[in-house]
Amino acid sequence: MSTVKLTVNGKAVAVDVEDRTLLVQLLRDNLNLTGTHVGCDTSQCGACVVHVDGKTVKSCTMLAGQADGANVTTIEGIAKGDELHPMQAAFRDNHGLQCGYCTPGMIMSAIDIVHRHGGNLDETTVRQELEGNICRCTGYHNIVKSVLDAAGRMKVSQAAE
Amino acid sequence: MGVEGIGARVVRKEDKRFITGKGRYVDDIKLQGMTHAHFIRSPHAHAKVKGIDSSAALKMPGVVAVLTGQQIVDDKVGNLICGWAITSKDGSPMKMGAWPAMAPETVRFVGQAVAVVIAESKNLARDAAEAVVVDYEELPAVADVHAAIKAGAVQLHPEAPGNQVYDWVIGDEGGTDAAFAKAANVVKLDVTNNRLAPNAMEPRAAIADYDSAEEHFTLYTTSQNPHVARLVLSAFYNIAPEHKLRVIAPDVGGGFGSKIFIYPEEMVALWASKKVGRPVKWTGDRTEAFLTDAHGRDHVTHAEMAFDANNKITGLKVKTYANFGAYMSLFSSSVPTYLYATLLSGQYNIPAIHAEVIGVYTNTTPVDAYRGAGRPEASYLIERLMETAARQLKVDPAALRRANFITEFPHQTPVIMAYDVGDFNASLDAAMKAIDYAGFADRKAKAKADGKLRGIGVSCYIEACGIAPSKAVGSLGAGVGLWESAEVRVNPVGTIEILTGSHSHGQGHETTFCQLVAERLGIPISQVSIVHGDTDKVQFGMGTYGSRSAAVGLTAILKAMEKMESKAKKIAAHALEASEADIVIENGEFKVTGTDKAIALPMVALAAYTAHNLPDGMEPGLKESAFYDPTNFTFPAGTYICELEVDPGTGKTSFVNFVAADDFGRLINPMIVEGQVHGGLVQGIGQALLEHAIYDASGQPVTASFMDYAMPRADDVPSFNLSHTTTLCPGNPLGIKGCGEAGAIGASAAVINAITDAIGKNNLEMPATPDRVWRTIHAA
Repeated sequence: MSTVKLTVNGKAVAVDVEDRTLLVQLLRDNLNLTGTHVGCDTSQCGACVVHVDGKTVKSCTMLAGQADGANVTTIEGIAKGDELHPMQAAFRDNHGLQCGYCTPGMIMSAIDIVHRHGGNLDETTVRQELEGNICRCTGYHNIVKSVLDAAGRMKVSQAAE
Repeated sequence: MGVEGIGARVVRKEDKRFITGKGRYVDDIKLQGMTHAHFIRSPHAHAKVKGIDSSAALKMPGVVAVLTGQQIVDDKVGNLICGWAITSKDGSPMKMGAWPAMAPETVRFVGQAVAVVIAESKNLARDAAEAVVVDYEELPAVADVHAAIKAGAVQLHPEAPGNQVYDWVIGDEGGTDAAFAKAANVVKLDVTNNRLAPNAMEPRAAIADYDSAEEHFTLYTTSQNPHVARLVLSAFYNIAPEHKLRVIAPDVGGGFGSKIFIYPEEMVALWASKKVGRPVKWTGDRTEAFLTDAHGRDHVTHAEMAFDANNKITGLKVKTYANFGAYMSLFSSSVPTYLYATLLSGQYNIPAIHAEVIGVYTNTTPVDAYRGAGRPEASYLIERLMETAARQLKVDPAALRRANFITEFPHQTPVIMAYDVGDFNASLDAAMKAIDYAGFADRKAKAKADGKLRGIGVSCYIEACGIAPSKAVGSLGAGVGLWESAEVRVNPVGTIEILTGSHSHGQGHETTFCQLVAERLGIPISQVSIVHGDTDKVQFGMGTYGSRSAAVGLTAILKAMEKMESKAKKIAAHALEASEADIVIENGEFKVTGTDKAIALPMVALAAYTAHNLPDGMEPGLKESAFYDPTNFTFPAGTYICELEVDPGTGKTSFVNFVAADDFGRLINPMIVEGQVHGGLVQGIGQALLEHAIYDASGQPVTASFMDYAMPRADDVPSFNLSHTTTLCPGNPLGIKGCGEAGAIGASAAVINAITDAIGKNNLEMPATPDRVWRTIHAA
């Protein structure tokens, strides 16, 4: 057992976990942040994507101990109170989700895609960048649409800030 | 149409919880004192279980119990059932091999459970499972239908000689033979419909909670049909009587058919929770999903189509071998028979059809309904045949289809189905226009100059949905009725709860079902809630599959609404001192037509519950229910056309354009309908290009993770150009046909027809991987 200290969604936490505990298990089992999902166990599907120190990480492939001292953001931590993150709003407005299971990972990956490309995205780039997130419901059409829409919204909101 | 009524692109009510991480899936639920199950599964495709030694495991930390197949048999938990009886051509019933929830004596596929460890945590259960020693005696195994039906092949079940489940026929053999005898041309085709793993993104999971004081079980499970689960668990598996078993299917992360069935894991969790006296949770991992979720497709077919001198189809002969895997899953028997062969007429006038389907056991994961279930196999076969015929007869493939379209309705096919309505020319025209079919030859020539092989492929599909008229399916062997139920509860403050037996696991019922209420009453959808997925809340229902939730489930809601509205009008008329016949409902008010007299819905509701001033003899309350049984299947149909390029140097396929023109009858929410089509198309494209659940000759699965099984990813597929043509379904009052499966049914033939057009060779099996395409291009 080890004590892992980290910041999750802006809140400092200290959790005693078995050394083999994965970051996703710490989030789901210890912190009850069940929005982060497990879809494959082999780092293929991206349902478990969170941000660790600003980078997207598949939390099923990182030991909780490796996140010691890190700043972790999950799907539960991106809205400002009742105000949705522009990516969340874009997924809703463009029907970018159906069963919702891959959605948290998609949104977390998509936010990172927009950040890395500075909002200058086209369909081909979005499709290539989403390669690490699998969705079985939407056929990706509306996810791609959502990400492109959000890229515009995030540009606008950044300009406003 | 109001802003939130029928036909409006209403943003989904359910989305907020999913986009904020507040969805509640089974694995998100924790119960007090909960234990965790880990199954010990056979590594062999076929073996005798000689013994299980759990003594070391039982001494490990946190282990609560190790339970075996022999114990579940001793406790008289029933064997798994198949709910659709099929009769062979010789009149004998299908041959069912016994399938216990955990194998006491013989395992017949890799992944079949022999024991389960119950422990304080998932990790401890997994650790202990490593210490359980199972003594297997390996037996020879067969993995494909050809090996299984060979003389001298190892026999899976003593009940099924020759590994044959059934040999079933449909149609007129003599008439079909006569048509072939007179044919001007005969087109022949051998096709394999590749085995697929459904892969809903949420793995299956179950939490069972036994209350010994009440002798009552609660099961949280990833189900598309919780009431069917309760019925089967109760009536056939002896878990508990129905009133002592509550089944809850909360948010479910996709199903695609694979979550229709009641699996051994749920049965074991329920049984084990009583045994250990604590809640038991099992969450499958992805490899368990590959090993144990019912697979789809896996047909091997030879077909011949006869044409007269005018290129009119005169007959069709089909012989299909269907691989069922090691056991008959819940609805497996119906898939290659009544859900497949009854659609072999496609969109065409075919005077004579004869089909024979041989169901075969193999040492593989059981096969059952997967998105489309039999209809993709039929549509793929017919559309590959039409394309092959066009090439052989040297006519344009679209023109050959058009010349053979059914144009008059109703149309009785020679294989049971009576198509009620359709306009196949309209959808073909729409798709050809959308893709600029006329300009293709120029684009092909230009691509050739760039060193690319460009092809175009047409697929005109039809399916039977709105499953299904109970009397009809009962006469064909179904063990259940396929109606749907609904209840409308108007609360005393005028808000409304709709209880439905349908189950939403991505389809958006919480929005579309509210849209019907908004349409009828003129109230915002925010005043309506949909209740589903809990057998304690909804009395009974048949669940969601077969594109049935709108055509059947929503019609049940309509019927209940009509009853409620009728009573509410009486109350309004009484309050307004008007005639009931003069009451109309608009914008949430009951109005006396032609006057300014009106009473708002909340006041009518309040009057119903205060009951101070109701019409004489009227019962208080405002709540009505209905059961709706459809009178026919519905027949969604359409045309998909795919244009693509193949790189002859690599065999890689790149999409240029993909158009879909569908006729789904009335659309409740076009945004959601389009989403259903997109998802279906990608599952069809996945089958055509990427996906294949592969076994080696010894029955070992080669594709048991996302590292080995090629799921379609965002950069594998195109965006789509969708359109709709509309003929309203006459079979239900809303005119709905259903849209959930169409994409998966029609897409794969369009892709393969396009690739074979591009490379100029007709024979190409799915999945058309770059390797396979390259070899086909360069084959002598």
